[in-house]
Amino acid sequence: MTLAVVPPQSSEPVFYVVDEHDHPEGASTMLGFWIYLMSDCLIFAMLFATFGVLGGNYAAGPTPKDLFDLPLVAVNTSMLLLSSITYGFAMLAMEKSRVGAMQAWLVITGLFGLAFISIELFEFAHMIHEGATPQRSAFLSSFFTLVGTHGLHVTFGLVWLVTLMVQVARYGLIEANRRRLMCLSMFWHFLDVVWIGVFTFVYLMGMLR
Amino acid sequence: MKSDTHALQPAPDAHGHGEHHAGGSRESYLIGFGLSVILTAIPFWLVMSGVLGDKQLTGLAITVLAAIQIVVHMVYFLHMNTRSEGGWTMMALIFTIIMVVIGLTGTLWVMHHLNVNMMPGHDMSTMQ
Repeated sequence: MTLAVVPPQSSEPVFYVVDEHDHPEGASTMLGFWIYLMSDCLIFAMLFATFGVLGGNYAAGPTPKDLFDLPLVAVNTSMLLLSSITYGFAMLAMEKSRVGAMQAWLVITGLFGLAFISIELFEFAHMIHEGATPQRSAFLSSFFTLVGTHGLHVTFGLVWLVTLMVQVARYGLIEANRRRLMCLSMFWHFLDVVWIGVFTFVYLMGMLR
Repeated sequence: MKSDTHALQPAPDAHGHGEHHAGGSRESYLIGFGLSVILTAIPFWLVMSGVLGDKQLTGLAITVLAAIQIVVHMVYFLHMNTRSEGGWTMMALIFTIIMVVIGLTGTLWVMHHLNVNMMPGHDMSTMQ
């Protein structure tokens, strides 16, 4: 980059910074990742809006009361909530540089996440088996799109979790790995926030319709 | 590229870039978890038992509880505050909330009226 630099020897005062100041590596990662999460938030908001508009169009097909099993949803919700707190404990272990404890908490987090995905897939398979496929009605199309997108996020979160565990096992808790683990922490807690909206507005509100 | 104007830059410390996100303590995670369990259990109990009787009232109650739980997660798990990253995460959040509110209310409002007015049997000729 070549800029017209005013020689500092000149008597003219310089009122601007000619060169970009130094940024330590990864200094802006957290803010950048937060802005990604906010854009993800907009995607979910639009999927919620779609479900809000189409959620009552059953096309004479099954209704939420026929399909949803609230105790199962409650178990699923607790799986995701437990995985959030165990990830928090992993981050606390990371701050104290206790690699073994951190990896153990990450394994537990991953198992809770896996339980969440398994229960959700079981629920989907059960619904599809009963003929409640995404093609059946606008309600089911918007339901599978919204809940499926969330489930897909959790799945990618699990892939990311395993990747980072391998990274930490190979390279230790280097600065880059700490940064990545903090990004995944934000991602994981964010998905729990989205799930609050899902269980409230899709499952509980669905049973009230 | 470094140049002689380097001296004009503020000291690196003054810029506040190298700061890390303040993580929570064990207590703050446990408080957040406890509040979340309560705020999750109440709406499930309200809907499954139907104690409030009125569906609209139950709907309003679980919406309020969800909003409170989202704030609890933001504060205790995501460690949101007005200071991190020089306030820019909060600015991004406020902008996003504004966009979400406009998008959600606008969509639901417009589509609700579209639905109402497109009901089968709705006769435009009676609307004089």
